[in-house]
Amino acid sequence: MADTKANSGKLLDIRNLRIEATVYPPGEAPKTITLVHDVSLTLEKGKVLGLIGESGAGKSTIGLSSMAYGRGGVRITGGEVILNGRDILKAGPKGVRALRGREVCYVAQSAAAAFNPAHKLIDQVVEAALLHGTATRAEAEKRAVALFKKLSLPNPETIGERYPHQVSGGQLQRVMTAMALCSEPDLIVFDEPTTALDVTTQIDVLAAIKDAIRDTHVAALYITHDLAVVAQVSDEIMVLRHGRLVEWGGTRQIIKEPRQEYTNALVSVHEIEHKEQQPGTTPFLSVKNVTAAYGGGHVKVLKNVSVDIYPGQTLAVVGESGSGKSTLARAITGLLPPEQGTVTFDGRPLANRLADRPKEDLRQLQMIYQMADVAMNPRQTVGTIIGRPLEFYFGIKGRERDKRVAELLDEIEMGKGFVDRYPAELSGGQKQRVCIARSLAAKPKLIICDEVTSALDPLVANGILKLLLNLQQHEKVAYLFITHDLATVKSIADSIAVMYRGEVVRYGSKSKVLTPPFDAYTDLLLSSVPEMEIGWLEKAIKGRRMESAGN
Amino acid sequence: MSSPILRLVAQRILLGLVLLFAVSVLIFAGTQILPGDVAQAILGQSATPEALANLREQLGLNDPAWLRYVHWLWGILHGDFGTAQSSGLDIASSIGTRLKNTLFLAACAAIVAVPLAVILGLIAVRYRNGFVDKLISGLALASTSFPEFFIGYVLIFVFAVHWQIFPSISTVDDSTPFLERLQAVVLPATALTLVVLAHMMRMTRAAILNVMQSAYIETAELKGLKPFDIIRKHAFPNAIAPVVNVVMLNLAYLIVGVVVVEVIFVYPGMGQYLVDHVAKRDVPVVQAVGLIFAAVYITLNIVADIAAIVANPRLRHPK
Repeated sequence: MADTKANSGKLLDIRNLRIEATVYPPGEAPKTITLVHDVSLTLEKGKVLGLIGESGAGKSTIGLSSMAYGRGGVRITGGEVILNGRDILKAGPKGVRALRGREVCYVAQSAAAAFNPAHKLIDQVVEAALLHGTATRAEAEKRAVALFKKLSLPNPETIGERYPHQVSGGQLQRVMTAMALCSEPDLIVFDEPTTALDVTTQIDVLAAIKDAIRDTHVAALYITHDLAVVAQVSDEIMVLRHGRLVEWGGTRQIIKEPRQEYTNALVSVHEIEHKEQQPGTTPFLSVKNVTAAYGGGHVKVLKNVSVDIYPGQTLAVVGESGSGKSTLARAITGLLPPEQGTVTFDGRPLANRLADRPKEDLRQLQMIYQMADVAMNPRQTVGTIIGRPLEFYFGIKGRERDKRVAELLDEIEMGKGFVDRYPAELSGGQKQRVCIARSLAAKPKLIICDEVTSALDPLVANGILKLLLNLQQHEKVAYLFITHDLATVKSIADSIAVMYRGEVVRYGSKSKVLTPPFDAYTDLLLSSVPEMEIGWLEKAIKGRRMESAGN
Repeated sequence: MSSPILRLVAQRILLGLVLLFAVSVLIFAGTQILPGDVAQAILGQSATPEALANLREQLGLNDPAWLRYVHWLWGILHGDFGTAQSSGLDIASSIGTRLKNTLFLAACAAIVAVPLAVILGLIAVRYRNGFVDKLISGLALASTSFPEFFIGYVLIFVFAVHWQIFPSISTVDDSTPFLERLQAVVLPATALTLVVLAHMMRMTRAAILNVMQSAYIETAELKGLKPFDIIRKHAFPNAIAPVVNVVMLNLAYLIVGVVVVEVIFVYPGMGQYLVDHVAKRDVPVVQAVGLIFAAVYITLNIVADIAAIVANPRLRHPK
């Protein structure tokens, strides 16, 4: 494509882009909302621009506009998108099809969903190159194999013969990058390409993407909500909020000398000071040598796990997906009765099966889930949702119940106006707060928090963590905090259990677990967490002692 | 590699056989519960008690029901459906020709209806919510909403009476040559096509529209594929299972549910045969035809299940 480029340096020039969508709120007339307000950006050949912001900031929408594509009912209603010297918004359907997959390619967040399950990988990888006639089948396949090699995929010669479901998530994400590179485009839009991956897999994919960008001299728009990730691959970073530009500058400037308050908040998001509490003398809940399995004992997911939880303290359980973190929670709550081992509560053993536990035991152990919106009945108001445990466990009704609900809403920093709202009318962070209030209503000794902040934007997640810490001080409740995010762990934990393939590989107080010398897995986990440092990625890859499990 | 597939397929076939066995019990039990006495029915009201007793002995009606069931089933497994009470003819040979006729008519209708329905479904998705989509859906629904006999008579009026292109009576026998036979079934096959078209078309459309929500459709779009290619190459292969299911249901209908059309066009098929003998209270024939219809339904549904299994790449290519 090099010969067709009009002006030398500039590849993409977006001017005053305005993007709108029509929304259909229930019971109201449809209305038009503006998603992107007159945003402009330019990108030079071979450069990487990071687009960052929380959900709803318009980053994906802007990224896709470079392909003249509006997802869902989204319409580009104003401005110009000048790619290789022409306004593609005026190109018409045929002109747009000619540039998609040839000049601009797209790498989606979930490669597992973005590959067609019915076709072999190689057929999908070479499809765009064949469609646009940039290569013969043989050439395209040769190129694909070379890209598989460059992206360090296993068996590059044969992996293309596989179907998407036969390849792991991290590998699929790399195959998708190869697919984007295969038609040798000028620009690739990476839309959160590592967000759905485990932290230990993310670092590999990130390194592979970075190398591929460097070697092929392709330009890229790198969309993510994780500033530390984007700092590793971008030349420049653009911070967006509510569809408006907040700040645009070189990577070093943005992460070291942010000029805007919002950028500063993003940069310093994970720094919550939490002083570790010393474990008391007696734990109130002890998990002893618990082994649990699915499928009638065939698949062992917990192997001989022992942990203790002390009153009013937080035990964080970390590990990548499939390590058995959530299964531990299921074993403690009795949802998955352990095959061996016991769970002791207040000095007496808990019944293995949920059905055998008295109501009082159920009350003492409450749960909060990752997906707050599916954990609530959408047809009940906030007041009903929070009031339910009060009626169920304590028999509190009527005015007394309403008073208690109001107090709980106060505790989660939400006003009285929310009592009559439905879950659909709340934001993600507010929903999670309601779930917290519901679990608090039971006055439990332990709340199990299963990835409660994973689905939230960093700043919102931060607010939830602070709330949880405050509540712990007032209510003296203990948390079992399940997460894959080590930054979260540092902010909230008193003790930590690191899990790997169903076993606890490291366990102790926070300071002990996070102090070297590390075992190989903890080292991998810790060294994989992106740091807001330029050049961190290269250092981390060099210093690694073991490969990730690649789930 | 194919072992899980083979296991699943074997499982389906085995289940089908068990189901067929259960249906045979039901059919037999059902006809036993019916009021009336076969010997009485054959000999009439004026028969002497001795004659009735003799005939009962002869027909084995004094044996317990389970023994008669075993005899009946044993006979069927050896191709012997017994003899029709009303005519004394061998049921197996009567059914033979009629089943052939029915299958021929069904095949003619299916060869047109299935591809037409699928292609119309694809086109409807391509122009979804637009004029073409609404036109296709509207016409297909209209043709389904008219009763079969109405469509049949309209076809006869237009093509047989007015223009006199095709015969209005589709009587065929064993000696009818193929082309003539084909000409005879044009009108009934058209009527059947119009009846089953909408269901298959609408289901194809719905199944593909469902797949069109997937992220990989967006991937295809962002590769620059043409809309129809996206539907054909990326959406349709993932919608095969539900489409095959509804196609098989309609094929079954073409074989077992065509009584009305057969009667209108005086076509000697299974439906007519069944209706005739229900009127004559000829229990052995009703049992035999019922069992064959059940077998057709079960077989086609097994085929649909197997097609869905084979179409699933996760089962075809396990990890």
